[in-house]
This record gives sequence, C-alpha cells and structure tokens, in this order.
Amino acid sequence: MKNREQIAERLAASGYIADGELATAISLMQLLKRPLLLEGEAGVGKTEVAKALAKVHGTELIRLQCYEGLDQSAALYEWNYQRQLLAIQAHHGEQADAIEDQIFSEKYLLERPLLAAIRRQQSPVLLIDEIDRADDEFEAFLLELLSDFQVSIPELGTISAITIPHVILTSNGTRELSDALRRRCLYHYVDYPDVDREARIIMARINGAGASLSLQIARMVENIRKEELRKVPGVAETLDWAAALVGIGVQDLHDTPETVHDTLMCLLKTHEDRSRVTREVTERLLGKVA
Amino acid sequence: MSCCGNSPGYQEIDEVSRMVSAKLAAFLRTLRDNAFTVGLQEGQDAAALMAVGYAEKPGLLRSAFKHLFSARKSEWEKFDGIFDAFWLGKRVRSRSVTMGSAKAANNPSLKSLQNNPSQAAGSDAATDQIPSGDDAPQERAGEGRMEGASSASNITEIDFRKLADPDQIAEAHAAAAQLAKTMRTRLTRRDLARRRGYRLDLRRTIHSNISHGGVPIHLVKRQRKEKPLRLVVLLDASGSMSMYTGVFLRFIHGVLDEFRQAEAFLFHTRLAYVSDAMKEKDAGRALDRLSIMAQGAGGGTRIGESLQTFNRWHAARVLHSRSCVMIVSDGYETGDAALLGREMAALGRRCRRIVWLNPMMAWEGYAPEAAGIKAALPHIDLYAPANTLKSLTELEPYLARL
Repeated sequence: MKNREQIAERLAASGYIADGELATAISLMQLLKRPLLLEGEAGVGKTEVAKALAKVHGTELIRLQCYEGLDQSAALYEWNYQRQLLAIQAHHGEQADAIEDQIFSEKYLLERPLLAAIRRQQSPVLLIDEIDRADDEFEAFLLELLSDFQVSIPELGTISAITIPHVILTSNGTRELSDALRRRCLYHYVDYPDVDREARIIMARINGAGASLSLQIARMVENIRKEELRKVPGVAETLDWAAALVGIGVQDLHDTPETVHDTLMCLLKTHEDRSRVTREVTERLLGKVA
Repeated sequence: MSCCGNSPGYQEIDEVSRMVSAKLAAFLRTLRDNAFTVGLQEGQDAAALMAVGYAEKPGLLRSAFKHLFSARKSEWEKFDGIFDAFWLGKRVRSRSVTMGSAKAANNPSLKSLQNNPSQAAGSDAATDQIPSGDDAPQERAGEGRMEGASSASNITEIDFRKLADPDQIAEAHAAAAQLAKTMRTRLTRRDLARRRGYRLDLRRTIHSNISHGGVPIHLVKRQRKEKPLRLVVLLDASGSMSMYTGVFLRFIHGVLDEFRQAEAFLFHTRLAYVSDAMKEKDAGRALDRLSIMAQGAGGGTRIGESLQTFNRWHAARVLHSRSCVMIVSDGYETGDAALLGREMAALGRRCRRIVWLNPMMAWEGYAPEAAGIKAALPHIDLYAPANTLKSLTELEPYLARL
C-alpha cells in the first residue's frame, strides 16, 4: 500500500526509524479508526512513536501520563472553582439562575487531556502513557470514551468529538490489562531494534555519529544486552552512550577500550550490572564487535 | 476486490468473494482454537482490510492481521506461525492447541511440563484422589464465614500426609478454600478502618462549599490509597512434596479467587506460571489441570534455578512494595545451593516479606540441615511449619501485620 510506504518515509524524516510492521500498524490505525496499544520493555521507544506520529501528521501531541489514583478530574475536565467563586461574589444580588448559567458555562471549564483531545479542530495525537499504572476503574472509563468519543458533563450536557484523535496507548506490563481494552485496540509489540536499525537510529539522532561508529555502538549494545543483566539497556540508553562517545571524540571503539569501559555508565544503571561487566568482559565484548 | 470488471462477471466475483470469506471464517476459527479472542468486529475489519488491497502480498496481510488479531505479547509471538501454517501451508514447529489454558499452550516451560506426564513420579496420589463431585466450594456468605474452619476442626490438626480416605481429603480441601476466604475478609476490613485523611484537598473543599458562598464549612481531606497486600505463592511440586501439594493447590486456588491481588507459581525442575490456570472457577477442574502441571519431570527440585527464572522474568511485574512471597517447599535443593542463596537475597530486596512454609518442619527430629534450606534461611522473614490446617490459619495474623 502506498499509504504505508509514505508513512514509513515520513516517520524516517521525522527522526523515527520504524520497522515495516509499525508502519503497517499506523496505516491500519487510520483505516480502521482504532487506537494502537504499544507494549514493550522500558526504553524501547514506545513514547517516541507518538511523538513521531504527531510530527508526521503535523498536529499537536496531547499526553496523558497515567498513575495510580488518576481520576476523571485530572484526566477529563474540572470546573474552575476559584473563578466560579469570584463570579458568585461579583454578581452578588443578581438572579440565582443567571449566575448559575454564567458559572457553569464553558468559560469556567478546565480542559484536561482527554477532553482537549476531542475538541481540537485538527485531530491531535493522544498519547495515553503507561495505562497499566492507572486503576482498573479508570481503564473501564477510558474504554467507554474510546468507543463513543463523547463526554457528558452533568451541568453542561454532552460534548461530542469535533475530531477523532489518533490514540496511542503504551503499557509496560506492571499490571495485566483487561481483555476488553486489548480487544478494542490494535496491538504492536515494540522489541529492541536489531543492529542495523539501531545504528540507523543513532545516525538519525546524534549529530556527528558516523556510519561505522554507529554500527560499532549498535553491535556493542547488542552484545551487552545478551549478558545476564538486571536492567537491560534500552534505545534511550544507547543514544545517551552514543552522544557521550561522540562528545568525547571517539572515532573507533577499538582505539579506546578504556573510554568505552568508563562510559558504560550510560548503559548500565545498577551497581550489580556495573560490577558484572568488568574490564575483561568489556574487552571480550569489544572483541566480538567487528 | 474492487477492480472494475473487464472480464469477470458478477457471478464469478460473487464466487470469489464467497470463497475468500469462507477462508477468512476458517482462519478466525483457527485463531479461536489457538485461544485468541476474536470477535465479530475483528472479522469485519479483517474483511475490510482484504477488500482494500492488503491481501495482495502475504507479508503485508500477515502484518496487518497480526496487529488486528493479537492482543498480548504471547499472541503476537505465535501469530506468524499460525498465519503461515494456515495461509501458506507451512509446517509450524510445536504450535498446536494444547489442552487446558490458553496461555499454557504458549508458555515454553509449561509446555515441557505438560509433555512429560508419563515420566511423573508415581507417588502423586494426593492430587489425583480429588473426587471432582463433592468438593464444590462452599458458597455460604456472611454468617457462615468461620463455619468452615470450625466444622472442620477435627481435621485441622492432622498432618496432611496422614489424611487417607477421600472424604477426609475433600474436607481438608474445603477447609483450605474457606481459610483463604476468611483471610481475605479480615485483611481488607483492616484496610477500611484506616481510611482517614490527613491532607486537605483544597480544590474539593472549595467545590463542596460553593453552596455556602465559598465559606469553607465542610472540609474535604485526602489520603493516599493503601495498596492491598499482594500474595505471591511459589509452590514446590516435586516428588518429595507430593503428599502436601494437593491441599496447597486447593489453598492457592482459594487465595487466587479471593484476594484481589495474588499470583501463583509452581516449580520443581522449572518454574511455571499457573495463575491463569488457577482462575478457573470450578475448583475440581482447576485442580485437574494443575495436577498435570504439578507432576514433575522427575529428577529433583531446582529451587535456585526456579527462583532465578522468577526474579528475571516475573518479579518486576508481580512484586511491589506490599508483596509477600510465600514459598512452600521442603528445601531439598538438588541444584546449586549457593545459587539459591543469591536468588533469595535478590528476591528479598524486591518484596516486603518472605515466608517459607516447610511441611517437614513439624516432623520429629527435623533440623534444617539440607544445603538448600541452610542457604535460604538468612533471607527468610518467617520460617514456619505448614503441615496442618491449623498451622496455615496461624499465618493470618502475621500477614495482617504487613
């Protein structure tokens, strides 16, 4: 499909190197008007997909970060109580109905991400980040919103969507999501990129990273991921490390094994992992990098 | 399918589309057989996709269907195999429907457990003797809550391995299920009593006092929601434990049903995640399914390796700061005891408490001398016997303090 290739191209232009399947997923999202659920380890670039998608469509990115205890007033809408109170004081002595009409108008409504997402003139990208952190109740509520795209506010009436946002949900798997939500969404599992793709990501993101250095870094990271680690480094860590190496002025990993070992702190974030990857291990891994 | 008709007549188009939709329906059925949840909506969307031209290249169609039909990582991973087998006629390695739980079919460790029932130790009598007829859970609410424990008082102090006739075993099982239920009610009640706020919620206070013209008469407070206790049970299903696994399986079944947050694993030479199989409502059927999994492949208990698997693949998802890990094992480690010590230390860092239940502890003359239990002891918060229902009951106050 032409559409799909275009998407892959435009994603690449926006700095996100996607695999073929992700481009399919995004074209399906538009075709079937379904949300996309992204799962994968921390740091494989799930959130980046949404950012890249917003760039591709040239629209706004509206982000809702989920956390335990997230409720409607933080996610959907809330009345601006302070202003309402002021208004009541200011209009003191007027008809009660008139005041009521005034203070329950849209002027006093505070938009939260979910409401904002359905009231834009141009469909925005709505990123619901780490949905697994929110409570079950919120998930159920979200499910309803995602199927109807309308919100009812008791004092104001039902607000229907002006445009349907492109919805992306991400999950780290700290809690099992409900089957209903899973069924509603398209599913894409984001895996660690292969060497070739990771090298291209480094080249796209880090200024001054040459092709050979990027490939070396990607291979080295792949080798490190195969070690028994507590926290496997993600793409974000790879980019940090690449930036560090480029900043120091490394041209070839083999020239400066000392620097390579010392900068591994960008990749290994626990004491245990750090002490497991000793100088000898670093050298052995470097040896495997062609 | 919408190419303007230079040659095929309407009938032919009809014929083709009928064939395609029949094939698609068959594919959906295959997916359902492989435990995918595929609804009508997905079927329609799939047909729409084929009509738009995704069917031109198999690779493209596979990728599109994969996104549409899979809903979790396990399904995502096995989809390509199923697709290729169905549409391209390729043979797939070991991707078939296995009896029982959907997830069992694609969990490699479970698979190997299920494939080896013939090698099982012959002494697994306790789990096999459950008469599936009369062990339906006692669904009596309210006033009957303590009843299970008290009516079963005659068996609460008998060592599980001395339970002989099926009636007694059934009774013990019912009591174990009841115990799980009671534990749950007590532990939550305690949570409710503590729900008092300490911080002022300014927004809500103003909101609720608008009717007083903004004078804050009624104050709204807030408090962080307490996370409920999460219980993670790791049950040793090796041959040496076979006399106890039956009752514990029943207890775990009750716990998973009653606790909002509980997970269960079985281990002998490998670790198997069994929460899903346990969520079967019917206790008899759940136990049948589990006793198949519980039959070890023979060859001892590798507690250390099993814990390593747990720490690496499950701990991050399953444990949080208010988790209690309950290990039920006799501690006869046939693998590396040092590894067990290391993994216990790692586990201890991740959860609130580790409870180790050892049924053999109450045996006369028992001393924790096996290398495994010796290595594990320093990391255990509570080391208790659990050979009778009474000793299980005694655990509850301890859990309530977490």
